[in-house]
Amino acid sequence: MNNFYNDKVQDHTFSILVENEPGVLARVIGLLSGRGYNIDTLTVAEVDEEEGLSKITIVSSGTPMVLEQIRAQLERLVPVRAVSDLTVDGPSVERELALVKVAGEGESRVESLRIADIFRARAVDSTNTSFVFEIVGSTEKLDAFIELMKPLGLVDVSRTGVVAISRGAEPI
Amino acid sequence: MSSNRYTGGEIILKALADQDVEVVFGYPGGVTLPLYNDIYKQNSLRHVLVGHEQGGVHAAEGYARSTGKTGVAMATSGPGATNTVTGLVDALMDSIPLVCITGQVTSALIGNDAFQEADTTGITRPATKHNYLVKSTEDLARIIHEAFYIAANGRPGPVLIDVPKDIIMGMGEYVGPEGIEPRNYKPQINGDREAIEEAVDMLASAEKPIIYAGGGVINSGPEASQLLQKLVKMTGFPCTTTLMALGAYPTTDKQFVGMPGMHGTYEANLAMYGCDVMFNVGARFDDRVTGNTALFSPGSQKIHVDIDPSSINKNIAVDLAIIADATSFLTDFITIWNEKQPKLNHKAHEEWWKEIESWRSVDCLGFEQDSKADIRPQYALTQLSEALNGSDYYVTTDVGQHQMWSAQYIQFDEPNRWMTSGGLGTMGYGIPAAMGVQLAHPESSVVCVTSEGSMMMNVQEMATIAKEGLPVKILCLHNKVLGMIRQWQELFHENNESECDLSQGPDFPKLAEAMGFSAMVCEKADDVEGSIKEMLATDGPVFLLMHTDRMENVFPMIPAGAAHNEIVLGPNQKLVPADDKDNVMA
Ligand SMILES: Cc1ncc(C[n+]2csc(CCOP(=O)(O)OP(=O)(O)O)c2C)c(N)n1
Repeated sequence: MNNFYNDKVQDHTFSILVENEPGVLARVIGLLSGRGYNIDTLTVAEVDEEEGLSKITIVSSGTPMVLEQIRAQLERLVPVRAVSDLTVDGPSVERELALVKVAGEGESRVESLRIADIFRARAVDSTNTSFVFEIVGSTEKLDAFIELMKPLGLVDVSRTGVVAISRGAEPI
Repeated sequence: MSSNRYTGGEIILKALADQDVEVVFGYPGGVTLPLYNDIYKQNSLRHVLVGHEQGGVHAAEGYARSTGKTGVAMATSGPGATNTVTGLVDALMDSIPLVCITGQVTSALIGNDAFQEADTTGITRPATKHNYLVKSTEDLARIIHEAFYIAANGRPGPVLIDVPKDIIMGMGEYVGPEGIEPRNYKPQINGDREAIEEAVDMLASAEKPIIYAGGGVINSGPEASQLLQKLVKMTGFPCTTTLMALGAYPTTDKQFVGMPGMHGTYEANLAMYGCDVMFNVGARFDDRVTGNTALFSPGSQKIHVDIDPSSINKNIAVDLAIIADATSFLTDFITIWNEKQPKLNHKAHEEWWKEIESWRSVDCLGFEQDSKADIRPQYALTQLSEALNGSDYYVTTDVGQHQMWSAQYIQFDEPNRWMTSGGLGTMGYGIPAAMGVQLAHPESSVVCVTSEGSMMMNVQEMATIAKEGLPVKILCLHNKVLGMIRQWQELFHENNESECDLSQGPDFPKLAEAMGFSAMVCEKADDVEGSIKEMLATDGPVFLLMHTDRMENVFPMIPAGAAHNEIVLGPNQKLVPADDKDNVMA
């Protein structure tokens, strides 16, 4: 119980299954912003057309007390069918995708390709002076890759934010 | 087509009838005109034309709080809808079940900045428990029934349904309420048995217990209050109830130690501070109750029972949490307690009661009324309470000093008799709320205690009350100042009375008469008792302007951010015995 009052901020990944009705995303985001909770990343897409369900993945940071509140508050929303705090509810897999644009010539261009190879990033667009790399992996891996691209002519980045799912046979 | 097809307007009225709605507080406008044409054509549903949509929502709150039923308000699009927002948030904060139906511009115009268009669902999303924008007349009946379900089940709250004009005018099928429940919304009613057993053990082994009950007990229905009384009686433990729960336990009983919190009693706050087991049923550790959370009841084990999981560990971390409805929980708790027949530490409890009695002997609410001096509000409200005693009465208040004194000095032996804006603290709540209460209880005494500042915020509803022939009594404690503001300025802001003076009028008795009330004035302490009795005895709506001492402050007081044991007593009270070092006063 006492660890509630420790204010060490942690990152947690929430997976939220919602009814795909108008305004549901606004409801979820409004709840978090209205109560002063952080949204580090957010992804959303329909996952079950027949049932009309979407999955929202949110990475948020906060103290243990705040993180428990986030889950409880989300569960209160009427269109929310299920909420899982993947960080505590058991093992899970997390992935993020980034498209990374690097412009340069000569040596740095070759170097960016070499690093992309190490990171298993693919070039999905190239011109004489630029590449767009596609990279998939953990947030840390993407961060590391982008960091290495900076001195090599990084000009633009688009990231999906984290998507995540629990390991094993069970649904959310 | 079958005969089950109706216009949207007809569907709304049929659905309200099937939900046993007797009265709607509303105001028409362009987009709801077709609905009002349907209202015109029927006689079963009573529509009260209010003076302002905010008043309509507060009236629906008063109706709901005093009956346990869901209140209903209606407003048009745009300004009508935005005028409901304060009432909706008020109901959200105090967990009052409401359904609010607003008109919206025709679907095709939504998003075009049409005349009287406002993004009502957007604006009210954080102001409601849930809201809907109706997309098809075929969905309308289901949505209304679902809204009633959501408003009343789980932790109650306001639900808004925004209905575009073309949906009101379009045709759709009517379905009844049977079997309509939202797919995902299934509040947990029954507590976990093992946890309840643990709660029994914890409470039974307490040496310094306190039972702390909140508005959830009232929301759960009158049975919960009876069970609470049973529990308090069979344990012999002290009980405190929050502002929202006054009446859930008889305030006149010996085991009642008063209300906790900022203006709670000395004994309730010191018992909360010094207890070893805190047993919270249906209260939410509001900051006005806890004061400084870091110093809140530092030595106690805390049990928290609430129907809303998000209330748990929000402000105060607890040792045992039980998600349950209060009635169900208290039933189970009492059963298990009786099964276990726990051995209680009577000696410790005797000591604990001795301690509580020593705090009680400070007589923190004591006051003296000199018959030559200005009327003291405490005296006026004590007299009101005595005059009401034994009758069938309801009291509403506005917000400010008069509200706190009402909570301190008016006695309630039953739930649902006390209506006040606790969470939002909405000035302007009292008069319309009294209207809603009186409509639900035409034969009862309904008194609104207000003051000149709050009164002016929804004064127009006095005209509605008179027009509807409702015998509401308004007792206005006339200190000629925004009293609670003046008190804080005196205590915390260099005693600078910034923008709080209300000595310049209006002429309140004249205003009341213009609204259709009989008006009375009381200026002398000797006349207080008589004038209150006369107010209560006079037929029809009566307004009593009671001149009170401008400089009076509400005590006890726990300054914002302070701990319970830093409670400040009034000038009349003596300090606690010197050996009681834990209870130093600031
Ligand atoms: C709508 C609204 N505006 C402002 C406040 C802040 N406020 C709280 S108490 C108070 C003074 C109330 O004065 P009055 O109604 O005369 O009551 P008194 O304190 O004198 O009893 C004010 C302005 C509020 N609670 N509600």
